[in-house]
Amino acid sequence: MISLSGLHKSYITGQNRLHVLKGINLEIEKGEMVSIMGSSGSGKSTLLNIIGILDNYDEGEYKLNGKLVRGLTETQAARYRNDMIGFVFQSFNLIPFKNAVENVALPLYYKKINRKKRNMMAMEYLERMGLKEWADHTPNEMSGGQKQRLAIARSLIARPAVILADEPTGALDSKTSYEVMEVLQEINKEGITMLIVTHEKDISEMTDRIIRLNDGLIEYSNGIKKKNVKKMVTA
Amino acid sequence: MFDLDKWQEIFITMKKNKMRTFLTGFSVAWGIFMLIILLGSGYGLENGVRDEFEGDAINYVNIRQGITSMPYKGMKPGRFLQFTMEDYEMLKTLNELDDISGRLFVAGESLLSYGHDYATFPIFAVHPAYQHVEDLFMTSGRYLNDKDIEENRKMVAIGKTVYQELFKGKEDAVGKYIKINGVPFKVIGVFDDPGIARDLERVYVPITTAQKVFTRGNSVPHMQLLLGDTDTEESRRVIDEMIAMLSARHKFDPADTRAVGIYNPVEQYEKLMNLFSNIRFYIWIIGVMTIIAGVVGVSNIMMIVVKERTKEIGIRKALGASPWSIISLVMQESILITAFAGYVGLVAGVGLLEVISKNIEIDFFKNPEVNIQVAIGATVIMILAGALAGFVPARKAAAVKPVIALRDE
Repeated sequence: MISLSGLHKSYITGQNRLHVLKGINLEIEKGEMVSIMGSSGSGKSTLLNIIGILDNYDEGEYKLNGKLVRGLTETQAARYRNDMIGFVFQSFNLIPFKNAVENVALPLYYKKINRKKRNMMAMEYLERMGLKEWADHTPNEMSGGQKQRLAIARSLIARPAVILADEPTGALDSKTSYEVMEVLQEINKEGITMLIVTHEKDISEMTDRIIRLNDGLIEYSNGIKKKNVKKMVTA
Repeated sequence: MFDLDKWQEIFITMKKNKMRTFLTGFSVAWGIFMLIILLGSGYGLENGVRDEFEGDAINYVNIRQGITSMPYKGMKPGRFLQFTMEDYEMLKTLNELDDISGRLFVAGESLLSYGHDYATFPIFAVHPAYQHVEDLFMTSGRYLNDKDIEENRKMVAIGKTVYQELFKGKEDAVGKYIKINGVPFKVIGVFDDPGIARDLERVYVPITTAQKVFTRGNSVPHMQLLLGDTDTEESRRVIDEMIAMLSARHKFDPADTRAVGIYNPVEQYEKLMNLFSNIRFYIWIIGVMTIIAGVVGVSNIMMIVVKERTKEIGIRKALGASPWSIISLVMQESILITAFAGYVGLVAGVGLLEVISKNIEIDFFKNPEVNIQVAIGATVIMILAGALAGFVPARKAAAVKPVIALRDE
């Protein structure tokens, strides 16, 4: 699903050139749930941004679902993101003046799906996330966990192949974090590839594979037997 | 282009920032309002002045015998010139002249009477061509003609007001005899003049008749040279030629401006019309400048809006918004504010002009108005201004990098 080979990325700030990614080789299969760990400055967010086509890379090759992602115009990149990628962010990134349904439906708006159909689909996903009663509320009336579930619903609505989650539990307490991870595991079970950037060990242990990034290179990539959050919570 | 969601979003952001939206819109509304008021007043002034000219021909030159003020060929200044029928006949030969009339005022107010009705009105003794100087039209009968002049007929054309005074509007005046200072004259026609009411309080008699009946020799103190289609340059040429002829005959310095009094409405009119087209031009410039100030205001505000919404724009882009959709979002908001505010300004301006034109009467100011072309022009300006105001901020918005926008603070 995601294939990276020899990926390099540098940031140029004034006179300085900061080499962030120094040759990343990575394969992520369809349906895998992978966590990327690493200290701050290790390049994990940059890597996620490149995979999410929010940023470009300097060298190497990135294939998403078999398609080479390189030299896209902004419009093309927007199209790819819209079709293939769902984002979940640490700070939720919901639009504050839109209510829950409108927030969830937004990716479909950019797919030019009509309003009635979009809102219907958005309601379905809200229901799945247990937020049906909150449909008319704006994000600031909701708790952190609810907001993140709302964001997850938004990332799912366009039926992406990959969900990229950047510290999805970073702003949540541990109980809520577990709830969110449970949701993500459920979604993963349906075959959606999932990439989670985190610095929390217990969160990473809930995925199939831990990729550790250090100073712009992959230190190790270990497959593990993931902990099932549902069992953990009920136990 | 029409997209309910986009409009909803625009309305939501505008509603959330009522004061900001209002102030932004106000600058544009004010600009358009000023433009409309200025243009309307300009037209009002023009209409007023045109109106003052109406009723009189403007394509003639009026001359009057004067007093010399410069020595010439051994003669002292201070000589009274006296124009006569000979001068009239001489000036008839001028090139580029359509027609000519002499004019003689019968001294003081003259007593007119018909039956037992009396009235006093000024008597104008003129040639038939004078009808065109005053732009008179006959409501009944005819004006003076060449036969009346040649045969010194005692004929009179009377103004509408005179007719009403003497005949009380009851009977037909044509063919009746009225007495002017005791001398019977036959009424040949009643005239009207769409210009000033004062012009209707007159009677016209043949100049040759007046010279005889009221013992004025063959004096022609005033003359009107009719020029047909003309411009300032042509009228000046005719005046130069005329001065040369008169100077040769009456022996005065052609440079002596006091010897012959000259009134040239052609020049006045053309000057005024030039003035108006200049005024209109400056009004447009001022108006457009005012609107530009408004546009800069809108642009400025939109810039702040984009800055405030950077994060939101980043989110939208991450979710798949194309740069174009962002550009159109910002531009449409800008155009909406500008067009709506501009429309308010337009309506307010036109409304005020209506009130003014209905309730205020000033000389040289009549019917201030803006025509449909101006309204359309203003509308086009508003849309363009909105697009212009939104363009730079929209470009800025489209250039927002989602990576930067989404970075957690």
